Amino acid sequence: MSAISLPLAGLSPAPDSKPSVDEPMPNDTSSPSALLKVAPAATRPVRSDFDLAVKSFIRQVVPPVLGFALLIGIWHLVTLSSGGSVPGPLQTWKEALVVFADPFYQNGPNDQGIGWNILSSLKRVAIGFGIAAAVGIPAGFLLGRFKTLSDMINPLISLLRPVSPLAWLPIGLLVFKRADPAATWTIFICSIWPMILNTAQGVQRVPQDYMNVARVLSLSEWKIFTKILFPAVLPYMLTGIRLSIGTAWLVIVAAEMLTGGVGIGFWVWDEWNNLKVEHIIIAIFVIGIVGLLLEQSLVLLAKRFSYEQN
Amino acid sequence: MKKIVQIENVGQTFETKKGNFIALRDVDLDIREGEFVTLIGHSGCGKSTLLNLISGLTLPTSGVMLCDNREIAGPGPERAVVFQNHSLLPWLTCFDNIYLAVERVFGDKEGKPKLRQRTLDALALVGLMHAETKFPNEISGGMKQRVGIARALAMEPKILLMDEPFGALDALTRANLQDELLRIVDATGATTVMVTHDVDEAVLLSDRVVMLTNGPAATIGEILEVPLARPRDRVALASDPVFASCRGAILEFLYQKQLRVAA
Repeated sequence: MSAISLPLAGLSPAPDSKPSVDEPMPNDTSSPSALLKVAPAATRPVRSDFDLAVKSFIRQVVPPVLGFALLIGIWHLVTLSSGGSVPGPLQTWKEALVVFADPFYQNGPNDQGIGWNILSSLKRVAIGFGIAAAVGIPAGFLLGRFKTLSDMINPLISLLRPVSPLAWLPIGLLVFKRADPAATWTIFICSIWPMILNTAQGVQRVPQDYMNVARVLSLSEWKIFTKILFPAVLPYMLTGIRLSIGTAWLVIVAAEMLTGGVGIGFWVWDEWNNLKVEHIIIAIFVIGIVGLLLEQSLVLLAKRFSYEQN
Repeated sequence: MKKIVQIENVGQTFETKKGNFIALRDVDLDIREGEFVTLIGHSGCGKSTLLNLISGLTLPTSGVMLCDNREIAGPGPERAVVFQNHSLLPWLTCFDNIYLAVERVFGDKEGKPKLRQRTLDALALVGLMHAETKFPNEISGGMKQRVGIARALAMEPKILLMDEPFGALDALTRANLQDELLRIVDATGATTVMVTHDVDEAVLLSDRVVMLTNGPAATIGEILEVPLARPRDRVALASDPVFASCRGAILEFLYQKQLRVAA
C-alpha cells in the first residue's frame, strides 16, 4: 500500500502565493480612518477629538458619582430621622480614619485591628474554597463525562444546593468539635456546588466537532483532556469559581458571627455588642469592597483565559 | 488500480422517536488509489452520512466497509477528515493545530525537528507560512479551511475525506481554494472523497462524480466519469465541450430525474 505523501524538501512555494482574495490588504489607504490620519492637522478635528474624550469621560464618571451621592444623601436622611442613633456619613468617615490608622494592632485575641480580621476571614475563605475547588472541579469533569454518574449525583445536588449555609454549621461543629474548621467546612459545602455544576456543564458543551477531531486523530485520553477538554471547559470553570468565591465571601460573615474568634464577621458582631454602629457600617463597606475585588480579579482572570469562538 | 476503499451493500438506519429512519440502502462503491471522487445530491440525501461511514465516525447498520482490505471499525488517522466548519481548536495556533495531528501520527518514529518540519511543509503546501503563529480567530474563513486541509494532508492519510469543505465560503474564496486543491491533489496524488452540492465544483475537481438519489433510503443513482485531462484550468474548461456535457449530465440527474419539491 502507499499512503499519500507530501512532497517534502524542496517544495516550491505555492504558485499562487499572491495575496488571495480572502486576505485583507495590509496597506489599504482607501479606508476612511486612513484618510483621517493623512488629513492636515487642522485645529477643528483635534478639538472635536478632545471634546469627544471629555464627553465620554463625563459619561463614564458622572453616573456612578451621582449614584454614590444618592446613597450618602439617603444615609444622611436616615441619620436625621433616626435622631442620631444611626451614625451619619461624616461621623463614620472620621471613625474610619481612626480604624484604618492602625489596622494591625493586637490587644489580645478578641481585640485586633481590622486588617487582622480581614486577613483571617480571607484565610478561612481561601482554605474552604481551595478544598472545594480541589474536590468540585474534578467532580464536575467526571459528572460531565459520564452520564450515569451525573444522573446519580444531580438529584443530590439539587437537594443540597438550596440549603442555607448556616444550616451546615452545626454539622461542622459536631464533626470537628472546634469553631474554626466548622466555619471552613461551611465555606466548603456552600462554594462547591457552582464549581461542580459549571464544570460539568462546560464538559457537556464541548462542541462535537472538537471531539470528532479527537476521534479522527485517535488522540489518547490524556491528549484529549489537555488539548481539548480542559481548554474548552476553562471558561465555564472560571465562571463556577467566580460564583463560588462570591458565595464563600457571603457565607464567611454569617459563619463568623456564630463561631467567633477573629474575622470580619466576628468583628461586626463584636462591635454590635459594643454598640459601635460606626464600625458596623465601616465593616459593611469593607466586606463589599473586598467582595468586589475578589470578583473583579476573577473576571480579569477569566478574560485572560477565554478564547473567541471561530 | 488498487482499491483503497470498498463499500459493499451498505445501509444505514437511524433510530428516532418516530421509529427507524433509513438514511442509506444498498450502497456499493469502490474508490481507487489516487482517485478524486465527489458525492453529490440534494440536501438530506445522505451524502454526509456516507462520508461519515467511510471516516468511521459512524458505523453502518448493514453491509461491509473496507479500507485497504481491513474492516472500518472506527475513525483513524489513515482516513483524514476536513470538516465543513474547519474544526480548528481555537486555543491552538495554526502551527499547533497541525502539529497535534503530526505528532499523533509520526510522534513514535520521528524526533521533534522532523515533526516541526512536517508541520511547516504542510503550511507551505497551502500557502500559509505567514500564518504559523496566528490563532484561528485571527485569520479569514478561507485561511481556516486551508489550515484544516493542511492538518489532514500532514497526516499522510491513505484517503482524504472532505465534507463540503468550501460550503461556508464566499464564491471568490471558494474558487480560489478549489484551484489550490487541484494543485495540491496533482502534487500529492491524494485519494480524495469530497461531499459537495456544487455541480461545477464536482466536475472541476473529480475523476468520478457519484450522484445520490433523494432520501430517505437514498442510494447511488448514477456514477459519471469525468474524462478531463489534468492539470485542469478553470478558465479553459469554461468553454470545454466535455466539461459542459458532464455538467449537463449532473444537472439532468439532479433537476429532472431527482427533482425535489422545495422544502
